[in-house]
Amino acid sequence: MSTATAPSAGDTATPPEGALLAATDLTRTFRVGGWRGRKTLHAVDEATFAIGKGEIVALVGESGSGKSTIARLLAGVYRPSSGDIWFNGRRVSALRSRGEQLAYRAAVPMVFQDPFSSLNPAYRVNHGILRGLKLHRPDIAPADRMDEAIRVVEAVGLRPAAEVLQRYPYELSGGQRQRIGFAQALAYQPQVILADEPVSMLDISIRIGLLNVMARLRDEQGVSLLYITHDIASARYVADRMMVMYAGRVVESGPVEEVLGNPRHPYTQLLVAAVPDPRAALTVTAEQAKGEPPKVIDPEPGCRFADRCPLVRDVCRRVTPPLLELAPGDGAPVLAACHVAAEQAGRGAESAHAA
Amino acid sequence: MSPRANPGTVLRDTTHVGSDGEELLLDVRGLSVEYDTPNGSVRAVDKVDLQLRPGEFLGVVGESGCGKSTMLFAIAQLLNPPARIAEGSVTFAGRNLVTMTASELAPVRWRQVSVVMQSAMNALNPVKRIGAQFADAMKAHGVRSRTEIADRSREVMRLVGIDATHLTSYPHQLSGGMRQRAMIAMALLFTPELVIMDEPTSALDVVAQRSLMLQIKELQQQLGFAVVFVTHDMSLVSHFSDRLMVMYAGQAVEVGPTREVFDTPRHPYSIGLLDAFPSIRGPRVPLTGIPGAPPALNAMPPGCRFAPRCPRRFDDCDAAVPPLYRIGTAPQVVEAGAEVEVRCLLHRDGAREPEPTGPVPTAHREETL
Repeated sequence: MSTATAPSAGDTATPPEGALLAATDLTRTFRVGGWRGRKTLHAVDEATFAIGKGEIVALVGESGSGKSTIARLLAGVYRPSSGDIWFNGRRVSALRSRGEQLAYRAAVPMVFQDPFSSLNPAYRVNHGILRGLKLHRPDIAPADRMDEAIRVVEAVGLRPAAEVLQRYPYELSGGQRQRIGFAQALAYQPQVILADEPVSMLDISIRIGLLNVMARLRDEQGVSLLYITHDIASARYVADRMMVMYAGRVVESGPVEEVLGNPRHPYTQLLVAAVPDPRAALTVTAEQAKGEPPKVIDPEPGCRFADRCPLVRDVCRRVTPPLLELAPGDGAPVLAACHVAAEQAGRGAESAHAA
Repeated sequence: MSPRANPGTVLRDTTHVGSDGEELLLDVRGLSVEYDTPNGSVRAVDKVDLQLRPGEFLGVVGESGCGKSTMLFAIAQLLNPPARIAEGSVTFAGRNLVTMTASELAPVRWRQVSVVMQSAMNALNPVKRIGAQFADAMKAHGVRSRTEIADRSREVMRLVGIDATHLTSYPHQLSGGMRQRAMIAMALLFTPELVIMDEPTSALDVVAQRSLMLQIKELQQQLGFAVVFVTHDMSLVSHFSDRLMVMYAGQAVEVGPTREVFDTPRHPYSIGLLDAFPSIRGPRVPLTGIPGAPPALNAMPPGCRFAPRCPRRFDDCDAAVPPLYRIGTAPQVVEAGAEVEVRCLLHRDGAREPEPTGPVPTAHREETL
């Protein structure tokens, strides 16, 4: 697992070192309020993060916190409003030729949430995989494409692969379809798979099987994954690092065990307390779990969690807390964007006087 | 609370009495639902027994396709062809809903039994304001006074913690959590005695889910209605339900007090379901989930329906469908509703008395007592 340090804000000219896929000050805004609307919704604001080689990074947060927008920015579905995406040290926005863009899309494919609508019902499941191979893998001779398709389908645990490939999507269960989604992504020889809530539509009993597939792709194929979810328990099960988003901002990141075992941001604390755990007693802290994440339209400076935060102070409403390194962590540093947590870690002054 | 809003008090005198002598609000006996298909009928719910006391919270869990929602629809008499109730009775407050006509059912519906559907996005009318939809429901059930409609609408919105100004909002103007709350508010318009909930939180994220569950529990304690809560997320109900029913392939495979089922799950399927949850505390252990999928309705295994996926299967399992074995201490010590029933041959030796496996008579069994 590579270390993934966030460079300081404003340092956008150079990519984070050693990162496979990284973002610096990534921002995406949408204009809202009708066709002449003057308001802007900040879906993702100044997100800086990196994904290393062969690691699973979980991106967690409430619905509407900007998780899927990040995935779409990384996949090239949206263009960033500002900030940069870096792949292998190169700016993605600088990839001009069709060949370069295709290569990026093959290296960073996406797996979608809904396995029932993301496969074309009119074609056998081999269709999508073979088309992907034709487009993205010119090194494979047309006659060998079926062999490669069989290999990727076996890699996601579907057997007998040759027979599965001849089926139509309706003949497969939800879990099997989602595995086909991963097989499709795998066919492109990806380096980072963007998985947007890949298991949330599946039954509990088969979720684990798919999470195990993700872990196996990392261990056996060396693929990195960005695992987007609101299910923290599953994120802990499969991920190496975790990033927590709130209202468009990354508020905490670090090794999974550090973030969940010792959450520093009050929002992470709330999130951890809200996870239903049949093995634990009902926690009292979750009683305050009322309220909703704000829609971030034309934001004022200040912490976006301030209105729900039990630890709120004056400074929180004036200064947007920067994402600061608060502890070394095991393998990757623990970062949090909270004035109170920064003070406890001895960096309160830096946090409160951030530009 | 207006007297009109709570007509159930009269009917409670005729409340059903269970075999243990305690009063029952809902008594489902041998309920089976079949779907008619061109190749004959298939059975989606198979002889389910379910007893609910007033104010009780029953969780029903299982994978998709296990008949949970079909069972709920059958209880609420909301099945449409090709689905139909093949046998069994649903006795609510002393009356068998299965044999009642639509006009007889009308006063029971919504006033005494209300339903919260799975997806509030689809269950609310997108082109009508929330308040208008509340008014529709009240008018349909005989409330004429506009002030009463307005007062009650505001009151239920306050109950679920939404500002009453949202009565003039359209569903799309509310967040997912608020829409789900509005659905619950609508279900509470008449202070029903039974609220049936079909995965009301499955579209929400953890924080919203948790706060909605707390709200439901709070309302339940405050207003005293009983809840049947269907979910596939077993951990969700762990802290909220009094009793738990685990369903598999249309049958109840384990029924018991929630804590008991969580602490000592007895059916291999319950164990599998529980083990499918990664925990956020304790050591990280590799999990396997439950391999395979529930059987197709038209190809049920002859014996135990879980046998093909069961890690503890043995030869007898394929012989016949096991009955629900009652587990527990001596009958006289067992508190009402506190015993555990398990449909698994592993527990036949520890059982007190197997339930009869034959067709359950639809007649009122308590009359023999």
